[in-house]
Amino acid sequence: MIVMDMNANLKWRIGKSKMAQYFIVGLAFLCLIPLALVLFYIFKKGIGSINWHFLSSEQMSGGIWNGILGTLIIVPVSALIAIPIGIMGGIYLSEYKQQKFAIWVSTCVDIIQGIPSIVLGIIGYLWLVLPMHGQHSALSGSVALAVMMLPIIIRSTEETLKLIPDTLKEASYALGVPFQRTMWKVIVPCGFNGIISGIMLGVSRISGEAAPLLFTAFGNPFVQNNIFKEMGSLPLIIVDASRNPSPETQAQAWGTSLILLVIIFVLNILTKLLTSRWKVQL
Amino acid sequence: MFFAQIQLSVMMELNLENSNNVALNANFKETENVMSDAKRKQFKKAPKSIVGERIFKSLLGLLSVLILLLVVGVLFTLLLHSLPSIKAIGFKFLWTKTWDPPHSIYGTLPFLVGTLITSFTALLISIPFSIGVAITLGEYFPNGPVSNFIKNAIDLIAAVPSVIFGFWGFLILVPYVRELELKIGITPPDGQGLFTASLVLAVMIIPYAASLGTTMIKMTPSALKEAAYGLGATRWEVLKSVILPYSKSGIFAGILLSLGRAIGETMAVTLVVGSAIKMPSNIFSTGNTMSSMIANQFSEASSDPLQLSSVVEIGFILFLVTFLINYIGKRIIKRFSNK
Repeated sequence: MIVMDMNANLKWRIGKSKMAQYFIVGLAFLCLIPLALVLFYIFKKGIGSINWHFLSSEQMSGGIWNGILGTLIIVPVSALIAIPIGIMGGIYLSEYKQQKFAIWVSTCVDIIQGIPSIVLGIIGYLWLVLPMHGQHSALSGSVALAVMMLPIIIRSTEETLKLIPDTLKEASYALGVPFQRTMWKVIVPCGFNGIISGIMLGVSRISGEAAPLLFTAFGNPFVQNNIFKEMGSLPLIIVDASRNPSPETQAQAWGTSLILLVIIFVLNILTKLLTSRWKVQL
Repeated sequence: MFFAQIQLSVMMELNLENSNNVALNANFKETENVMSDAKRKQFKKAPKSIVGERIFKSLLGLLSVLILLLVVGVLFTLLLHSLPSIKAIGFKFLWTKTWDPPHSIYGTLPFLVGTLITSFTALLISIPFSIGVAITLGEYFPNGPVSNFIKNAIDLIAAVPSVIFGFWGFLILVPYVRELELKIGITPPDGQGLFTASLVLAVMIIPYAASLGTTMIKMTPSALKEAAYGLGATRWEVLKSVILPYSKSGIFAGILLSLGRAIGETMAVTLVVGSAIKMPSNIFSTGNTMSSMIANQFSEASSDPLQLSSVVEIGFILFLVTFLINYIGKRIIKRFSNK
């Protein structure tokens, strides 16, 4: 009698466990539905508007060349600003991790990472647009994006360099190699993939950002290659389209979304490949 | 191959050092013979590599001071430019219900309320899903094809730019929300509004809570889990009474970080929130969050100093709030990883 009771009880518990598992895994898969919908609509509606004219003409005549060129200028400039500071900051944090000042710097990196993107837009405006008598410039947008990218590069450099065994560094010191050469010739090359993947992650994060550019690069429907003037960018074209919705601008924005997504996915996949190779090596 | 590479670079260093030393020795012999003033100066100088080392170290220090200065500069700039509005309006800025530039009445309560409603609704919607992903990846499928699939998909959600989410919500989601509003009798059925913004936000913040939650659940000591299994517990019982109690503070920290994201998120919200400058009357009504308000009003505001300053003050409040939330989250994570 008791044995049968226990069996029923056990069955109930096992059944409950199974149910819970199905429910939880089901919830996890439900998250993928919105993603699938976003990707589906962007591919469906975007693919039709992409052709040579779309890629090569200005926004006024139905193309997005001004945006492509703008993104190709603004993003590399901000990468140029952020990469040296980011790598050096990462080296500093991984080398002096026990110093009190390094803890302060690390907190600052966390703070920068948490700054909302729109606040960075305000900062870019107040620092580089207001002093220039309100002349919006691509450079101010690049600076705002560089601040956004900085913590990603610093963290990835720091984390990668921390993974490298201390024995390598000690071996190099024992051979009489000075500190900076040990860094550049031994430690940084070992962590090269990790650092590069951090940079690419940063680039993919900022190339889709519109909020910091709203008041800095401002957007420009015409082709502009002077970084001291207003410049368009791919995300800003999408913002434009949703502010003046008409069938033409919407088609333009779907196409732009598709191109932006493809760029970002390619960057992300490259990052994944690099990091997986890096793990194998270690 | 990896180690060969290092060996090679170390060997190269060694050679360089040797040649440096030879040159130094030669220098030394010459100075013994002649001992002119110029030579003595050269001898007293530190070797090139040490000078380089000093330069490099001070450069490292300088750049880290720069990072510190960046934060101080951001804080200082925001404070400086919001001072006129703080002085002119004071604390009633926080609970004034109207934003009326023609009459110079500036109050941020509608946007504060908008931010609170959207971010907490988004959080409520996203919590079951992000915890579901965290448990699935941390406990049921820690590795293997299923895990890789979900992990990559969640990474994709994080990678999609917010402006694309916003644009998608604006054209695809808004009509559905409008139908829903018609069905339950909300007037006017805009489709846009705080609820739509919350839906879009809920999807966008899942990755943040999910990835941290996964890490924390994976950190549960297997001895604890095995002990529970040994006592005859089922998987669900282990999850409920061992894993979740152990990792709950970490999961909470992840939720806080995603709340910080939700509060600061701009473009996706701006495009679907309706951008109405008024007090939201219910969750479906159009409104503005602090970030979308800045995105919409900043360009207009730049002509009037007080208005500009008020908008910057909203940005300052936004900065402080996200900072506070992120700080608490990071503190919890730190305490957790020290455990």
